[in-house]
Formats: sequence, structure tokens, C-alpha cells
Amino acid sequence: MSAAAAPQAQPVLVVEGIAKSFGGVKAVDGVSFAVQAGTMLALIGPNGAGKTTCFNMLNGQLRPDKGEVRLAGEPITGLRPRHVWRKGVGRTFQITATFTSMTVRENVQMALISHAGVSFSPFGRARDRHREEADRLLARVGMAEQADRACGVLAYGDLKRVELAIALANRPKLLLMDEPTAGMAPRERIALMALTAEIAAATGIAVLFTEHDMDVVFTHSDSVIVLDRGRLIAHGTAEEVRRDPNVRAVYLGSGATSGGH
Amino acid sequence: MFDLILTQTLNGLASASSLFLVASGLSIIFGVTRIVNFAHGSLYMLGAYIAWTLVGRFGPADALGFWGGVVLAALLVGLIGVAIELLILRRIYQAPELFQLLATFGVVLMLQDLTLASWGAEDKLGPRAPGFKSFLIIAGNRFPTYELFLIAVGPIVLLLLWFLFQKTRWGTLVRAATQDREMVGALGVNQRLLFTSVFAFGSVLAGLGGALQLPREAVNLHMDLSMISEAFVVVVVGGLGSVTGAYLAAVLIGILHAFGILIFPKITLVLVFLVMAVVLVVKPYGLMGRAPVGQARGHGPAEPLLLPADGLTRLAGAIGLVLLALAPLVAPDHILLTLTELVIFALFAASLHFMMGPGGMASFGHAAYFGLGAYGAALAVRWLGAPMEPALLFAPFLAGLAGVVFGWFCVRLSGVYLAMLTLAFAQIAWATAFQWVELTGGDNGILGVWPSAWAVPKTSYYYLTLMICTLSVLALRYSIFSPLGYALRAARDNPLRAEAIGIDVMRVQWIAFIVAAFAAGIAGALFAFFKGSVFPTYMAIPRSVDALLMVLLGGVQTVSGPIVGAFAFAGLHEQLMKATMYWRFGLGLSIVLLVILFPRGLVGASLMGLERWRRRRRPAPGLAVEAAR
Amino acid sequence: MTIDRRSLLAGAAASATAIAAPSLLRAQGAGAIKIGEINSYTAQPAFLKPYRQGWELALEQVNAAGGALGRKIETLFRDDGGKPEDAVRHAGDLINAEKVDLLSGGFLSNVGLAIADFAAQNKRLYVASEPLSDALVWAKGNRYTFRLRPSTYMQAAMLVEEAAKLPAKKWATVAPNYEYGQSAVRWFKELLKKAKPDVEFVAEQFPALGRIDAGATVQAIEASKPDAIFNVTFGADLSNFVRQGNTRGLFEGRAVASMLTGEPEYMDPLGAETPVGWIVTGYPHADIKTPEHTKFRDAYVKKFNDYPRLGSVVGFDTMNSIAAALAKAGTTDNEKLVDAMKGLKFPSAFGTAEYRAVDHQSTLGAYVGKTAVKDGKGVMVDWSYRDGAKYLPSDEVVKTLRPAG
Repeated sequence: MSAAAAPQAQPVLVVEGIAKSFGGVKAVDGVSFAVQAGTMLALIGPNGAGKTTCFNMLNGQLRPDKGEVRLAGEPITGLRPRHVWRKGVGRTFQITATFTSMTVRENVQMALISHAGVSFSPFGRARDRHREEADRLLARVGMAEQADRACGVLAYGDLKRVELAIALANRPKLLLMDEPTAGMAPRERIALMALTAEIAAATGIAVLFTEHDMDVVFTHSDSVIVLDRGRLIAHGTAEEVRRDPNVRAVYLGSGATSGGH
Repeated sequence: MFDLILTQTLNGLASASSLFLVASGLSIIFGVTRIVNFAHGSLYMLGAYIAWTLVGRFGPADALGFWGGVVLAALLVGLIGVAIELLILRRIYQAPELFQLLATFGVVLMLQDLTLASWGAEDKLGPRAPGFKSFLIIAGNRFPTYELFLIAVGPIVLLLLWFLFQKTRWGTLVRAATQDREMVGALGVNQRLLFTSVFAFGSVLAGLGGALQLPREAVNLHMDLSMISEAFVVVVVGGLGSVTGAYLAAVLIGILHAFGILIFPKITLVLVFLVMAVVLVVKPYGLMGRAPVGQARGHGPAEPLLLPADGLTRLAGAIGLVLLALAPLVAPDHILLTLTELVIFALFAASLHFMMGPGGMASFGHAAYFGLGAYGAALAVRWLGAPMEPALLFAPFLAGLAGVVFGWFCVRLSGVYLAMLTLAFAQIAWATAFQWVELTGGDNGILGVWPSAWAVPKTSYYYLTLMICTLSVLALRYSIFSPLGYALRAARDNPLRAEAIGIDVMRVQWIAFIVAAFAAGIAGALFAFFKGSVFPTYMAIPRSVDALLMVLLGGVQTVSGPIVGAFAFAGLHEQLMKATMYWRFGLGLSIVLLVILFPRGLVGASLMGLERWRRRRRPAPGLAVEAAR
Repeated sequence: MTIDRRSLLAGAAASATAIAAPSLLRAQGAGAIKIGEINSYTAQPAFLKPYRQGWELALEQVNAAGGALGRKIETLFRDDGGKPEDAVRHAGDLINAEKVDLLSGGFLSNVGLAIADFAAQNKRLYVASEPLSDALVWAKGNRYTFRLRPSTYMQAAMLVEEAAKLPAKKWATVAPNYEYGQSAVRWFKELLKKAKPDVEFVAEQFPALGRIDAGATVQAIEASKPDAIFNVTFGADLSNFVRQGNTRGLFEGRAVASMLTGEPEYMDPLGAETPVGWIVTGYPHADIKTPEHTKFRDAYVKKFNDYPRLGSVVGFDTMNSIAAALAKAGTTDNEKLVDAMKGLKFPSAFGTAEYRAVDHQSTLGAYVGKTAVKDGKGVMVDWSYRDGAKYLPSDEVVKTLRPAG
């Protein structure tokens, strides 16, 4: 239980004993783990295990009752989402969240403008700012050709890629992805996660993601942590976790098997 | 003392009942259809008028005649509600949020004139209710038995509603739809039938509320508007969609009135808005309201793409401006006066659009800033003896300052709650101007606010206005496409995502609020010198509604919409007012027709037409861009 | 500062005339004389529909008799919807576009004051028919504005005369919360205290216009146990107040003095519930037997198949007084017309009245009497006509009240 990561260089994200209760129900109860630069950590667990609560305490939407969250050694516990982002955390949403009244490129430009700290400036045309960098990011996620399209009319998989580009705009140290492949076709899932893994490896970004699809988890994660009823019940490589009797009990008990849906 | 407290409490409870009936209908309709039904007060008024006629015909002395008349009147109002839903609202459910409000306001105007034409101008004092004509002695005071009856009606209807919502399938659907509209669509319920029946039901409640006033209040042509603002307050204070909340709020307001007149006899009108402001600041979703489910997803269709003006639009704008600049060469004086006013309204509408379009914050009280600009100018002239130029400079800062204070509270809310808080603040500003007679001259206003000598000729003042308004509108436009404007739109499109990329949503909305208030203040100051006088009516609800109408009519999702809307609305208003005594019917009908024909507003519709035409000329190159400039 | 402002205004006025000049020339031609009549027709229809009918009756009679200056008179009606700024817009439009010769109308005091200010700025005659505000001819009076109806002060003074005869010492007041209500209460208190120094005012209620919470208001007055009540509410507020007051016994054993309640516009809706014995100003249309009034009433009934309301009289008299002024001036030149209006005697349905030169207020009076119920309808009894001239302060006092001179 709550096994610490193998000692390496300083981890990007360290989570220590965070907990959150809602009206007396312990949604997350003393969870600790760490994510290393350039690696992908999957957070899994059956429905109601506390994954989303856990995630929201990291991205700033919820404030933990207890415990500490550190990014590159600096505490970020209880900061608001926008401050968490300023510290270097990018995120994607379970249901894609983009700005529908803007083009694909403008979405990325908006993030870049905010990163540059000028989002309150009434001067100059926003369309002309950070254009090349936005295009670079879009090229990286394979969306360069669609840069001028409205976000409101994109295919779902493409939206996910745009989100990824937005999330990368502030050169994050850590990328939080909540159910990144939910609602996607199997081939798209693999493509998106392969892309993420490639970016993580190339830039040294640490990635933490929650996931239902066990194929995705076992293919793309460097290590896996398993939550059940608010507690961390396993931590290890995909293979270790797969063999863990506790995990098997939880997943068999809840009716799900490896291989997913 | 005790007897007074007891009787005033009973008085408060009695007036709460009708308020509750109307407000609960309004609340249920809003909960399910998300329509802010301005016409609900008119349905209440119709209930009273129809009951007056029916009871008179059936025989007021006869119990069956009276009560039969009351019930039948309520049912007939339900039918009128169905007609409104089928003929008008059903066609525009897919339109952007608040657009339906425009249609219901058109209905208000039409019903005002129809009622006047059908029943005449004289007030109608209805008969007393058989069986409830007398009084009981309570705590040494005579208390009318009919008031006691009304006190009982409130809880009884509340109980019936509770039963209906908890125990019937229809009620369950209504509750489900109130909590999550998309869910009901997913359940495969006949949504059209649900909407129509809910509208009919709400209308019956409003009609009943009106009919039950018959023995209590003279039926008159002002009942609609005096009821609707109070019913809105009750719905919002209680929590949108919550019937129990509506009852609590109605009782709160009723009792507040009854005791308010003992303690502050002069501020009864604003008291309710003060209470609403406090409640919304402390409990943003009302006493019994819950935060709406799925708010992040937003309601209605996704916001369409906003692009800067292309060559064609710029050309049209430039031509329009040149025409306006050349107008004094050919136009006679009176046309020039009309144009001056239209140009001022264009800025007023553009300022509201800035917070409402890109900012996504609809305001029901934008007239406050227009009015404060006007008063800023007038007060500078009257008390500081300032000439026009410094007064024009000073005035917008007063409006902007109000924007700083009011906006700080408002941006903490969203949607209809935000809109209602702006209304509350506007009413407070209005009441201040109305009551602070020593400073503002009360309802007689401040006269003699004339421009400096060089600006007195109509042409000079026109050019002054045109210059200031054009620059202001261009500045607003410019900032819509600046990083600030983008951040504002980001906050509107998706607040969660905006926060997640480091944008302080509240702060950017606050800034937009202040900018909008400031710009409205410029318009107001110009208006003050144009008219030579200022009055509390500058900040009254009708002017706020005018601004909303202009923006919605032009198209809220376009940048040039408000300007076109201002010209269309104010022009139409003026021409109709000149042409006929029944101008309200004409204006209402025009609004309803425009809404049905152009559910994206005038500019939105013409842009879509243009896009379609272009696409037909050269088949879409894979870029299905929905443009809205 | 004052000088600056005055010269500034003078400059403004001069340029305004310069612009208006060509239209003046054109208006002198042979076409009809045009009157721009602005009123709150849609906002206050109960008073203003009869008003317009009375106006049209007078217009028809004047034109049938050959019009004025050998020209027909034509009226352009405009609805201000109760908003002063709309009234000002119409005034500008009427003068600039329609080239009317003079302005008239106004129901609400703030509308009247706004038009009056506009009229002074544009040097146009404005005959204010209905707005009761004292400021219109006193504090904010100007050379171009004249008012027909007895003002708030005059009507309050008429009621005070009767109220002072009552034994009542403790008074309560109830008035709509706007300028008219506030100044009616102020004058009533001031004049009654002067007439009877031992009176005391124990309660003041100011319900919002059109929004009275009648039950609670009645109870609040009842709680102060007054001997008598001064009422200024009218319209729907009055009906609601009376009904609640009747049921709750507020008026039993108490004298009530009430502004305007005897006017058919406000008394008729009360029907059988009209309270009995109130001292009111009003218009006992069925019982006035003077030849002028009989002639007016018969013509009115014949034309509209309805009895006249007070609004009808005001409309009728306003129109007639304008016709008289045109005849006296012999021109439509506004400066001469204004001079003609000063001291102008004109025929009214209540007998001859005069626009006083000292403050431009007409001496048209009002009927004061008591309310009663006859055949299920409210009527006025024991009434008498009070000539407005007798209920105005002395000329010396008026001059101090009217800075414009």
C-alpha cells in the first residue's frame, strides 16, 4: 500500500496523504503517490473509487481536507485552477472543453496569450499574437490543417487533439488528463495516447491520466495506481498491477475485467 | 403594538398569495422551458379582466356565478397561454438564450393594447366575493374575511402543487426537466407536449392569481407591469424552478411590504429590490434554488464563430458612417434630431452588447449606467456649474464607478441570477434618483442641462454625438478582438476551461462590466445634453428593456448587431408612436414577427443569408464555417 | 458663474431662433394653424380619452365658427407614454418637422415641466392643460408657459378651507409617492396649520403610485388613531384604499378630505362603494346647471353619446383658451401670442376664467363638495364652485415664489 515511487531524480508531482470528505463520506482517504518527468502514470479504479475527486484536488477545483500536493518541490495544495496552471500544470477535460466561438488556432493562441500574462490587454489584435507558436503546437498534435476551422464543428477526436495543444501551451511540467479517450473510437484512442506518450518522452512532461479502457492503460502507462473506495490499493507497473490480487478482487467484484468495455 | 404586528403579518400573508400564484407559474415555466416569460404579468392582468366580465355576466351575488367566473377565467387564461406557446414560442425554442424574452415582451405590448381596446380605459372595481364580504375582529382590528381566505389559498395551492409534482407522472417529468433539460430529451418524452402543457399550467396559475384579486383590487391597465417585476423578484429570491422557494419569497416580500410601510413609508418600492440584492449576494441561487446541473456545458446552441469584419462588412460600415456624416447636408432638422438619438442609442446598445455578447452577461438593468451618465452630467451642471465639456468627461466616470461596485457583486453570479441582480441594482439607482429630491429633483428631474453655445445648433450637436459615439463604438469593437475580448469570450464559452488556462474569469468579466457601464455612461451624458434634462425614467426598467430589445433584435452573437438593432428598434418605435395611438400593439407585433422570422437577429440573419449565397456560388471547400461578424 | 450661464443660454436661444426662423415664415402662410398636443394618452387613458374628446369638441366648434385668424385650426396629437424625455422628443419633432405654431398638453407634472423647459428654450408658447405641479408656474415658471387647471396648491387650499372647519385635531395623510402627492401633503399641512395652529399630523403614508398595498396602508393609518384623514391617492390606488378602508372601518367616525376624488374619472369606478361624506374636489357633471356648462354638456353628450368627465372639460377649455388667445393676438407670432395670453379672459365650461398675468396660472376653479351614493353610484352633494382666483397667494407672495417674473 501507498508504496513510494522508486527513488530517482526529484519527481515532478508528489502527492502526500491527500483526503477529501463530502458530508462525512470519505471520497479520498490519504492517497500518496508521485509522477516522474517524462513518464505516464495511469490512475484507475472502479466507478466511485474517488478518481475524479483525486484529480480535482490536483487541478485546483477541490481543496483537500488534508495532505499536500507538490509540483517540482513547490507546494500547490489548495491553489485555484488558474494558479495551478500558472505553476505549470496543463489539463484536458473528460468532456472536451474548448472555446466554440473561436477557431482552432485562436483556442491555442488564447492559452498562449494567457501564458504570456496579457489576457487583460485591450490593445492589439489577439489573432496576430503567438501565431507561429500556435501553429507549431497544432502541427505537433496533427491539427495544422484544421487551424482555421471553428472548434464548434470539429470531430470529437480532433477536439481532443486541440485540447492537448491547449494544454501544452504553457510548457507544462505536468499534464493531467481526465479520461482522455472517453467517447472515442478504439483506433483514435490508441493514436491519441501514442501521441501523448511521444510528447511526454520527448519533452520530459509528466503525465497523469485516469482511464477506463484497460487496453489503453496497459499499453501506454509506465506505471499504474489503483484506487478503491478512496484508498490506494496498488501501485506498480501495468503487469504488477494486473497480477495484484487486491486489484483482481476489486475489478472482478465490480464486474469489469481487463480489456475493458 | 402586538395587535399591529399581528394584523400587518396577516396583511403580508394575504398579499403574498396572489404573488405566489403568479410567481409559481413563472417559476415552473422557466424551470422547464428556460423562458423568461415577460408576458406572465399580462396573463395575470387578463385573468382579472376576464373574471370581471364573467362574474358580471354570471351574477356576482351568486356564489356559483362568482366562483365559477373566477375558475373559468383562470382556465381561459390557460388557453391564451397555449395560444402564445403554439403560435410564437414553439417556433423559437432553438434560438439563443434570452431571445424568447424578446418575443414575450412583444406579447406584453400587444396585450396591453388589446386589453385597452376590449375593456376600455376606466378602472374596474370588481364585486366582493359571496361569503367573504365581511370582516372578523382580530386583535381588536377588523380584518376582511376575504383576506383570510387568500391567506389560506397560498398554502393550499402549494400543497396541491407539491402533490402534483411528487405523485403524478407529469409532475415527475416537470421536476426532471427543471433539473436537467437534456435528460428529459434523452428519456424520449414528448418535449413539445410537455412544454405546451407547462406553459398552459403556468398561465392558469397566473390567471387564477389575477381573478382572485377581483374582490380586492381595482382591475386596471397597469397590473401587468407592476406584477411582473415583483413576480420576477419572488422567483429569483425563492430560487428558479422552486415552488416552495417561491412561496417563502412571496411571504417574505408580502410581510416586508406590510412592515416596510410602517417604518419606511417612502421606500416600499425599492425595499423588495434591496432584499433581492442581499439574498442574491448571500445565496446566489436564491433561498431554495440549486446550482443548475451541467452549467459548464451551457444551454442552447454553442456560440458560433466570431470573426473580424471582412471587406464587405467593413465597406458596409464605412458607407453607413459616411452617410451619417453627410446627413446634415440634406436632412431637415427633425431628421437630424432623430438621427442624434439613434446614434446615442447605438452606443447604448453596443455597450450592453459588450457585456452580453462577448461577455455572456445579460443585464436587465443596463439603464442604470445610462441614467447615471445622464445624472453625472446634469449634477455637474447643476451643482458644480460645469459647462458641457467637463460634464461630458466627468459623467461616464460616475457610471463606471457604479459599474465597479455593482459589477463586483454581479460577476459572482451567472445567467438569469446575474441579470436579476443587475435589475435590483438598477432599481436601487432609480429609487435613489427618485427619492433624493434635494440632490436630483426627484421625479421632476433636473432641467436646463443644455450644451455649450457652440454645440447648441442641431448640426453641431449631431456631429459631436456622431464623433463621440463612433469612436466609442469602434473602441468597443476593437477591444472585442483584443486579448481582453478573447479572454472575455473564453470565459463565456467555457469558464472551466478558461480558468484552466489561467484566466481569472471573474476579473475579466468585472472589467467588461465596468467598460460596458462606462460606455453606457457616455451615451447617457450625451443624451442628457441632447434632451436638456434628466429624469429618473432614464434608469427605469423600460429603458433597460429597450436596450435588451435593441441588442437581441440586431443579434447578440454579432458585433454590428446592436447598432443595426438600435436603429431598427428606435426607428420603428418612433414611427409607430407618431402614426397611431395603438403603437404598442404595432411595436409588439413587429417584434414578435421579427423574432419568428429572424431568430438570430437582423444581422445574424443577413449574415447567414450571405453565407448561404456564397456557398452556393462556390461549393464549400471543406470549411463549414458559420460566420458571424 | 450666473452670468456665464445666462449669456450661454441667450446664445443658445438665439441660434435656436435662427434655425427656426424659416419655418416661422412658412407657418405664417394661409394653411391651417397647427397645435402640437402632447399627452400621456396610453399611460393615463382614463383621464385622457375624455380629454381628447373634449378637445375635439371644442376644435370642431371653433372651426365651424370659422377657425381663428380666418384659418382652420389643426391638432397634431402625440403620445409621450408618460415619459418626459419622449415628450421632449415629440416637442422637438412637432416644432421642427411638423412646424406647429404652439404646444399644449401634459398630464404628469414632470412631463409638463420638461415641455415647459423646452418651450422656454425654443421660445414657443406652451399651454399646459393638466399638470398640477406648482413649480410649473412658480419655481420653474417661464415666459412661455401657461397652465389651465387649478394647481396642487389651489386644490389643497380649497380643501383646507373646509378641513379647518372640522373639529379634528389629529390628521393622517396618504398620498402617492411622487411630486404631486408630496407637494399636496406639504401644502395641506402648511395651510391647515396656518388656519388652525393646534392641528397635529400623526401619520404619513406614501405608497408608490399604482402600487398601494391597501390593507397594510389602512392598518398603518388606523394604528395612529387619527381624527381625520387627508387623501391624495387616485385611480386604482384610491379604489383599493377605499375598499380596504370600508371593510376595515377606517373611515367610520372620521372625516376625510380628499383631492380630486369627486372627479368622475376616479369616483365612477367606486360605484356603490363610494365613501359617504368625504370632502372632495371634483366635478358634479350631472348637476351643474349654468348655461355655459349645460351647453357644453349637451354638445358633448350629443357628439360622443357619453357624459363628460373632468378630462373633457380640461381638453375643451384648453382648446378654447388657445382659440381665444389667437383671436386676441391676431397673429401666430409666439411673442405676441404670449403677450396676449397674459391676462387673457376665455370662456370655459365653468364660466369665464383668466390666465393671470402675474404667474400665468388660470383662474379656472374647481367644485368642492361632499361625496354621497345615489342609485348605486358615487355623486357629489352640497357642492359649490370655488373660483380659482380666490385660492392663490397674494401677488406679492407669488412674485417671491416665481423667480422668472
